[in-house]
Amino acid sequence: MQAVQEARGTAERAARESFGRLVSWLAWQWRDIAAAEDALSDALLKALEAWPAEGIPQAPDAWLLAVAKRQLLQVARHDRVRFDPAVTVLFEHEGTHEAPPDIPDARLKLMFVCAHPAIDEKVRTPLMLQTVLGLQAAEIAPAMLMSPSALAQRLVRAKQKIRDAGLRFEEPETSELPQRLHHVLESVYGAFGLSVDAVDGAEGRMSDLQQEAIFLCSVVCQLLPESAEAKGLLALMIFCRARQAAQVSADEAFVPLQRQDVHRWNREAIIQADHCLWSAAQLRQPGPFQLEAAIQAAHCHRLFTGVTPWRAIDDLYRQINQYFPTAGSRVAGAVATAEAGDAAAGLAQLLAMDSKRLQGFQPWWVARAHLLSMLGRLDEADAAFQTAIGLSTQQRIKDHLEARRQSVRKA
Amino acid sequence: MQYMLIYHETAEDFTKRTNPETAQAHMGSSSAYIGALGQAGVIVSGNGLQPPHTGTSVRLRDGKRLIHDGPYADTKEHLGGYFIIDVPSLDDALEWAARSPNAATGTTEVRPVLPPLGK
Repeated sequence: MQAVQEARGTAERAARESFGRLVSWLAWQWRDIAAAEDALSDALLKALEAWPAEGIPQAPDAWLLAVAKRQLLQVARHDRVRFDPAVTVLFEHEGTHEAPPDIPDARLKLMFVCAHPAIDEKVRTPLMLQTVLGLQAAEIAPAMLMSPSALAQRLVRAKQKIRDAGLRFEEPETSELPQRLHHVLESVYGAFGLSVDAVDGAEGRMSDLQQEAIFLCSVVCQLLPESAEAKGLLALMIFCRARQAAQVSADEAFVPLQRQDVHRWNREAIIQADHCLWSAAQLRQPGPFQLEAAIQAAHCHRLFTGVTPWRAIDDLYRQINQYFPTAGSRVAGAVATAEAGDAAAGLAQLLAMDSKRLQGFQPWWVARAHLLSMLGRLDEADAAFQTAIGLSTQQRIKDHLEARRQSVRKA
Repeated sequence: MQYMLIYHETAEDFTKRTNPETAQAHMGSSSAYIGALGQAGVIVSGNGLQPPHTGTSVRLRDGKRLIHDGPYADTKEHLGGYFIIDVPSLDDALEWAARSPNAATGTTEVRPVLPPLGK
């Protein structure tokens, strides 16, 4: 009984710890993610049967890989036409019994495939979470605001496309690398749950998969140590997470960044993120994630200095908006300009944005309400708060905006 | 693409409409939501409905009319209102559904509208 439990425990640990590495390697060799996943799941089931009787092998990973490969070969024999003989030969020539040397880490190759421009943007993040971390569609779906069955369908289609379109499981050419890596990092950021469009107040949208996103990003940092943007994204996510506890007060109300009690921020995490951003800066390859991280660093420095350096933040947003503008960064930049002392200029920046796209963009309405109330234009501020409340999804945010609206009315 | 947003509300939500302590906040959140829908220019049509006990159901069985007081089904949530909106994709419709005040306590269903017959 104990042996069974131990074997089960070992198989489950192996599944969690090395699923991504094993699937990546198999998928890279086999060029078919779905087949690799099926074969590995099969191997895990076989392990649960075999290990209690035969004992746990010395190298569980190698055992699982060998069984998964045999399974893939069996399928291939039934289905010869579909498979490239060059690939199956590669497998057949490898002895399956001796312990293989170190398994090369193919997770990065797999991430590049998952975030390939030919894959639907919306499916890249869940695809990466499923293949690299082994999460189930049902675990991922809520964070992606999708139904599990719809997500599962999209994932199946994406994997078919990867196989049938013959996307290469290789790291991209040097010339392509920055753009392709940006897709990978955006998908990782997607798992974190903050879209690039997020501004102050949107931190409530951080998903339950933050830990997974940080793990994926640290894998990229480890495998591509020369990428400044990967380090920048890692720093950005750690900064945001460090402040998360302070975002909800003791009575469960939303606390905006400016009102947060800095003692509730995670000091160690902020120092760690600072280091990470510093080592990114040493590489001298500026990029949007590093700039976003620098802005978060500036906000976090209130912990050490007691004040928010709005002028510096305003300057950083100017750089972002010059080179990598998004609707979110332009709204946040307008607020920074206002907080740095020129509310009229901030409002002008807001009004200069394309209004059609913004009718349903909650951060724009929040910023508009905030800047109008700074300028004493209270009736217009009231109306803007109304719209912002209507565009919010979270009760906490609605309550917070309603309280701000009431205080403007009384003023 | 047109979608119907169908707001299923709980009994508590219906009582919030008339309870003097909660009515103002309840109407406030509804009007903020409807205001934002209007501001975005996506509304095709829509209405709020009187509470379920004001409903009357009709069935025709063996040629006989069966009139039933109240809503058809005895469920925990009842239809409180609907909007038909015109938005580019299901994702946009789901976003509007998530913003509806009753989504936090009841359910907001999103259904694509059939194109007019004969087209």
